[in-house]
Amino acid sequence: MSTTTATAIPQVHVPTHPGPGKYVFIGVILAVLTGLEIVTSYADIGDNLMILLLLGMAIVKFVIVAAYFMHLRFDIPLFRKLFIMGIAGALGLYAILLASLHAF
Amino acid sequence: MSTSTLAVDGADIHDSHDSHPTNTGVSNVKVMMWVFLSSECLLFGALISTYLLYRGRVVEGPTPHEIYDIPFTSVSSFVLLMSSLTMVLALSALQRRDERRFRIWMVTTAAFGMVFIGGQIYEFTSFMREGLAPSTNVFGSSFYLLTGLHGAHVTGGIIWLLSLVGLSLKGIITPEKAEAVEISGLYWHFVDVVWIVIFTVVYLLPTGTSV
Repeated sequence: MSTTTATAIPQVHVPTHPGPGKYVFIGVILAVLTGLEIVTSYADIGDNLMILLLLGMAIVKFVIVAAYFMHLRFDIPLFRKLFIMGIAGALGLYAILLASLHAF
Repeated sequence: MSTSTLAVDGADIHDSHDSHPTNTGVSNVKVMMWVFLSSECLLFGALISTYLLYRGRVVEGPTPHEIYDIPFTSVSSFVLLMSSLTMVLALSALQRRDERRFRIWMVTTAAFGMVFIGGQIYEFTSFMREGLAPSTNVFGSSFYLLTGLHGAHVTGGIIWLLSLVGLSLKGIITPEKAEAVEISGLYWHFVDVVWIVIFTVVYLLPTGTSV
C-alpha cells in the first residue's frame, strides 16, 4: 500500500461575469451620469454644491467601472484590497502635500 | 494514509490555459497587473494633487476658465467611456468563443481610443495657439504633464489592443487565452477611470477651487 500526500492548495477561483446585455445597461448608466455631470457644471447652484455633486457622480462612475468592468465585484478580495490600497495611498499623498504647504 | 484533493469550485481546472496551482487561486500575472494598477493610482494621484494645488495660482497667461472647451472635451470623454464598454464586450465575446466578434469589439475599442487621442492632440494644439504652453505658467505645466501622461497611457493601450487583434488573427489568442485579454482590459478600464477623475477635477470643477 502506498500513500501519496499532497499539499492542500487554494481553490481555483472561477468568477462569474455579467453578460453583454448587463454590460450595455451599465454603459447606459455611465453615459447618463456623464450627461448629468456636464449639465451640473453649467448649472447656477453655487460652488460648494457643484463640487459635491460633481465629485459624487465621479465617484459613482469610478466605482461602477471598477466593480463591473474591472470585475472587482466578482473576483477575489485580494484585488479589491490592492486597488483600495493604491487609492488610499493617493489620497494620503494628497493630504501630506496639503499639510506640507500648511493648507490646514 | 492521508490525501488531499484539489478543489475546483465547480469548474474544470483545465478550462484555464496552462494553469498550475498558485497561492492565491488566480494567475500570478493577474495579481501583478493589480499591483501595477495600484502603483499607477499613486502616480496619477500625485499628478492630480499637483494640478489641484497649482490651478488657482496663475499669475500670467490663460486661466482654466478662459481656455477649456467643455463641450468638446465632454464628447471625447464620452468616447473613452464607451471604449470601456466595447472592451468588456470584446472579452465577453472571446469567453463565449465568438472570436470574430471579439476582434470587432477590440478594433472598435482601439478606434475609440484613437478618437480620444486625436481630440487630445487637437486640444493641446489649440491651447498652444491661445498662449498656453507647458512653460507658460504652473497651471500649464501641471495640466500638460497630467493629461499628456494619461494620453501616453492611452496610446500604449491602443498598441496593446491592436497587438492582441493581430495575435488573434494568427490563432495565438484563443478563448483558452481569454485571461490575457482580461488583463489588457484591466489596464484599459484603469486608464478610463483615471480619465473619469481627471475630467471632473480638471475640467468640470469650478475654477480656482482647491479640493
